[in-house]
Amino acid sequence: MMLHVDKLDKHFGGVYAVHNCSFELAKGKITSVIGPNGAGKTTLFNMVSGTIVPDGGSIRFNSKDITGLPAYKIARQGISRTFQLAKVFKNLSVRDNLLLAKQTTDDVLLAALKQVRFTKSLDVLAGELSYGQQRLVELARGLLFPHQLLMLDEPTAGVNPLVRREIAEILRNLRRQGSTIMLIEHDMDFVMGLSDHVIVMNEGTVLTQGPPGKVRNDPAVLEAYLGK
Amino acid sequence: MASELRIKGLEAGYGRLQVLFGVDMEVKPGEIAVLIGPNGAGKSTVLKSVFNLTDITKGRISFDGRDITAFPTHERIALGISIVPQGRQVFPGLTVKENLEVGAYLTPQASVVDVRMKEVLGHFPELKPKLNDLAQSLSGGQQQMLAIGRSLMQHPTLLLLDEPSLGLSPKLMKELFARIQDINKEGTTILMVEQNAKAACAIADRVFVLEEGKLALHGGRDVLKNDKIKKIYLGGHGHS
Repeated sequence: MMLHVDKLDKHFGGVYAVHNCSFELAKGKITSVIGPNGAGKTTLFNMVSGTIVPDGGSIRFNSKDITGLPAYKIARQGISRTFQLAKVFKNLSVRDNLLLAKQTTDDVLLAALKQVRFTKSLDVLAGELSYGQQRLVELARGLLFPHQLLMLDEPTAGVNPLVRREIAEILRNLRRQGSTIMLIEHDMDFVMGLSDHVIVMNEGTVLTQGPPGKVRNDPAVLEAYLGK
Repeated sequence: MASELRIKGLEAGYGRLQVLFGVDMEVKPGEIAVLIGPNGAGKSTVLKSVFNLTDITKGRISFDGRDITAFPTHERIALGISIVPQGRQVFPGLTVKENLEVGAYLTPQASVVDVRMKEVLGHFPELKPKLNDLAQSLSGGQQQMLAIGRSLMQHPTLLLLDEPSLGLSPKLMKELFARIQDINKEGTTILMVEQNAKAACAIADRVFVLEEGKLALHGGRDVLKNDKIKKIYLGGHGHS
């Protein structure tokens, strides 16, 4: 197992965002984290990637304790992530956005862009791209950063169905090449069609997990989505 | 008097991003209508379109028989439409009383403001002892009540509520929904977006289920029993 999350806790004021959350992540698989709004998915991602510090519990990556380390140290252990809203530097060119992840040649950058099926020039300002194209640049940046685990927070949010299908294909390709991917996603067809393993979160903890078919047919999952 | 809302073939979004692809809805005077659906379906965008906070590219919104599609927001308010945005958007640095007064900004007569404030405090008596406290000192539930109270100061005939239960405990949510029913009984039509589909449907006269910017289902409060619900919430186009 590549990632071990054990009894993770995070509260904001008196409210638990994540509570007693434990799971493991297998190497070479696509694992999706789903769950209703407010289930704690993004908070979980933020703790694993180090942008917020847990109040309790532990996170081990490749058997090494990374709990509460600053984000840059966790990144250097080999965890690369993207954000719910594409966070590209709009006043920088596509090239400069990518160079932030890795100092390398244009050929390497172009190869990464080709991998995500981005066809525009390296010189174009990121702010001039459509939102879907910005997401592709962010994905390419996530790929370029040296990593063993790629974490994607809602990779299809705000992109059109065509780009959505492309992203699914890109992720399948990455899996074929041995990548380990963990993603948060609300598009259920995307999740169920792509994932090897699905973790369902509700009220800050793991409600259930398993292969897509099992999770989809678990009445407790629909129950969680519809509320009490 | 409670108001009627008709939405026909609505296409709307934000700049280049289209979110709604032809939505038809009708809310009859005095009803509680609930709009549910998975994340990103476009629920809030419908609500915001009624309040002119989106870019409408096609379709028509009419209110009490009048086409308001091109009306600016302040004219819609004057006609009796009010919105409570998502996430308890009270003014934290103003007192409770000041927050309510801001809601009556368009009402010049002080005597009318006083009457409305009494009505609001009738719905939310827990705000009464807090009138001179800063809004930021209120609990989450009280802030949501204040946000609703503030929009009631406009004396709307159509109240738009965007996820009023967000972040509230189940007990508080139940309490809040009971107040919403009271407000409705006094003659305000309600159109409410909710994540908690079950609780919202329980108080609804009419339920709309949105999926990917289109209306997927429409019915009464038993609509959650429909077989399509599972597919809408958990996917299943092309696999089981």
